[in-house]
Amino acid sequence: MTLTRFVTKSAFRNKRRSTLTVLSITFSLLLLTLMMTIWRGFYLDKGSAQSAQRLITRHRVSLTESMPVYYREKIRTIPGVVAVAPTNWFGGLYKDDKPENFFAQFGTDPEEIFKVTTDFKIPGAQLAAWQRDQAGCVVDSELAKKYGWKIGDRVVLKGTIYPVDLELTIRGIFTAPQPSITLYYNQKYVEEAVAFAKGRAGTFNILADSPDDVPKIAAAVDAMFRNSPEPTKTESEKAFQLSFINSIGNVKAFILSICLAVLFATLLVSANTMAMSIRERTREVAVLKTLGFTRQLILRLYVSEAVTVALTGGVLGCLLATLLVTGLAKAPGMGFFFIGMSVTLPTFLLALFVAGMVGFLSAILPAYHAAKLDIVEGLRYIG
Amino acid sequence: MAIPISYNIRNLKLRKGLTIMTALGIALTVTTAVFLMALLAGLNKAFTSSGDPVNVLVMRKGSTAELSGGFDASLFPTLKTLPGIAKDAQGEPIASGEWVVVVVLPRKDGTGEVNVSVRGLMPAGLTLRPGAKLIEGRWFTPGQREVVVGNSIHNRFSGANVGDTLDFAKGQWKVVGVFDSGGTAYDSEIWGDVNQIAADFDRQGGYASAYLRATDPVAADALKHRVSDDQRVKLEGTLETEYYEKQTSSGGPIKFIGTFVAIIMAIGSSFAAMNTMYAAVAYRSKEIATLRIIGFSRPSILTSFVIEALLLSLLGAVVGIILILPFNGMTTGVGNSLTFSETVFSLHMTWEVALAAVGFALIMGLLGGFAPAWHAARQDILTSLRA
Repeated sequence: MTLTRFVTKSAFRNKRRSTLTVLSITFSLLLLTLMMTIWRGFYLDKGSAQSAQRLITRHRVSLTESMPVYYREKIRTIPGVVAVAPTNWFGGLYKDDKPENFFAQFGTDPEEIFKVTTDFKIPGAQLAAWQRDQAGCVVDSELAKKYGWKIGDRVVLKGTIYPVDLELTIRGIFTAPQPSITLYYNQKYVEEAVAFAKGRAGTFNILADSPDDVPKIAAAVDAMFRNSPEPTKTESEKAFQLSFINSIGNVKAFILSICLAVLFATLLVSANTMAMSIRERTREVAVLKTLGFTRQLILRLYVSEAVTVALTGGVLGCLLATLLVTGLAKAPGMGFFFIGMSVTLPTFLLALFVAGMVGFLSAILPAYHAAKLDIVEGLRYIG
Repeated sequence: MAIPISYNIRNLKLRKGLTIMTALGIALTVTTAVFLMALLAGLNKAFTSSGDPVNVLVMRKGSTAELSGGFDASLFPTLKTLPGIAKDAQGEPIASGEWVVVVVLPRKDGTGEVNVSVRGLMPAGLTLRPGAKLIEGRWFTPGQREVVVGNSIHNRFSGANVGDTLDFAKGQWKVVGVFDSGGTAYDSEIWGDVNQIAADFDRQGGYASAYLRATDPVAADALKHRVSDDQRVKLEGTLETEYYEKQTSSGGPIKFIGTFVAIIMAIGSSFAAMNTMYAAVAYRSKEIATLRIIGFSRPSILTSFVIEALLLSLLGAVVGIILILPFNGMTTGVGNSLTFSETVFSLHMTWEVALAAVGFALIMGLLGGFAPAWHAARQDILTSLRA
């Protein structure tokens, strides 16, 4: 019998206990992997290559203030700017005011929006049809799937910010690299219906030449309007999205504290099991020692046993988390939260490393005690 | 005959290390669950205690939040003449035309910028919010670029002390006072003169909302309908309390994630408790057989072990609740989807939360303890004795 086999055999010799421990670690690691994935999606993921090339300009006071629409042509003159399209939050209600029926609706310029969002794909004929119909709109393919919309369908949005209801006809369906749950309509529709909307824009979406130009353009845009009555704030698309996440609350502290609690609980569970199983085998240790096993070897055997159990749980937990994240990202009605998130290889490996460490730390103390056990004492030990 | 509980307690004491470790594992799960529940309780308290049952909030028809309102100033005198509005000492109806705008302020602890609501109100606006008490300085003077800040703003943002200046919109605003409204949503607002605010945000000639103070709650309900039915104004009345109740939905994401995390952690802890109880049963198989011989029945053995598991989880619940107590009253903010700004609330430990935590722990104990107890009760007496 090789030592590896000895370790795996002992790790799973009390089947019920090992299964329970593995399951307990599985669920903890599932949670841990999930939290790490969310963390990565929020704070580490830089977004797609195209996204890194985009900027968003808003009113300096806050997102709820609007800017004069002529800013667009001025921004266009800045070197490195490829395209600029305005977007206006409509915030209308579809069907009812239930949160699951909420999606983003933006008034924009049909001629230019898809030149900015270069990673959104729409058939040319559909785009042309939308550009011809001022009461037309285009919708995200995932959104269309959720409501069963087809081209030619009518969508009525009840205005909350603007005192107007939009009666739109779907002219096109676009696909985004990450589902955006967005509907775009022609801003002229609202401008003609509501006097105070005329000549105003909520945000400007800018496409830069290259990602390297993004900081330069952001500074140039803000400098251009610094001394005007309505100054601006320009940031990369990712930074803009992050400010939304920050507004949910102190998410970082929230995730960290959950992770810590989970980690500590897992450590307790694993240490408990190892203490139990090593104490049970006190006599066996004495026998191994009489056979000539050194202290070091015994220590190593028990530690690797614990690491094996913890790693089994870790692998299962990571796999479950991968399944769950994939499921949640695709599930309709989950909103923005899990969009575009996935368990990446580094996350997976990190989770496994954490599981291994938990196993190691939990076994080190009981294994040490076992290793330095006095042979005669151990042989005399009764369960 | 039932096995006395003292037997279980002595057993838990005997295997101290194991008991403490398992209880701590359960305690950590309980702590996480309690933390999230207390957070939600605090959030609900902030919103449900906001709003006065005699105040009627008037907005343009179709508006869902004060931020998305906007009606012509000429409608305001019409509103003031409606019957049912309380009068102040001078015999003037208590009504306030207001604007709510959002500004971005940097957090004190340097964790980024946050949206904050700024409310412009008329002097009557202070009269109809008697819950807001000045704790430092004085109220703003109409016609001046002065503001008073809510207590949460005072605590969480730099430059929000009396004598400081805040920089937003078209210039600087002098902070002249701090008010406290008892942990309601108003504590997360900055208040100033409505005309000054409207001028700075280019919103003269109208109001986002109007607040009317009715003589009593019954009159408030009538007033609300009178506003909504008045064909001249095309406005809609809501009770202030109803308006804030709707905003409790901002806790949705916390609730969802909280429930999810708590359930998964609970499953993990149940398995751990099961492990401990199986070990306890295996360790005592001779003892159990002896009990059976003496005449204790299978059901009483089953009950006894289930009770032991419940005691273990109860210990975990108590430790878990104690662990969270130092955090009671800790404040945090949550983004409000309706006002686009941060509402600050505090972790609020209530009896309901504590009871729910105990129930939660007992469920874990039951899940973890039943199978081992069942196993103990069904053991064969002879084999156990010989082992």
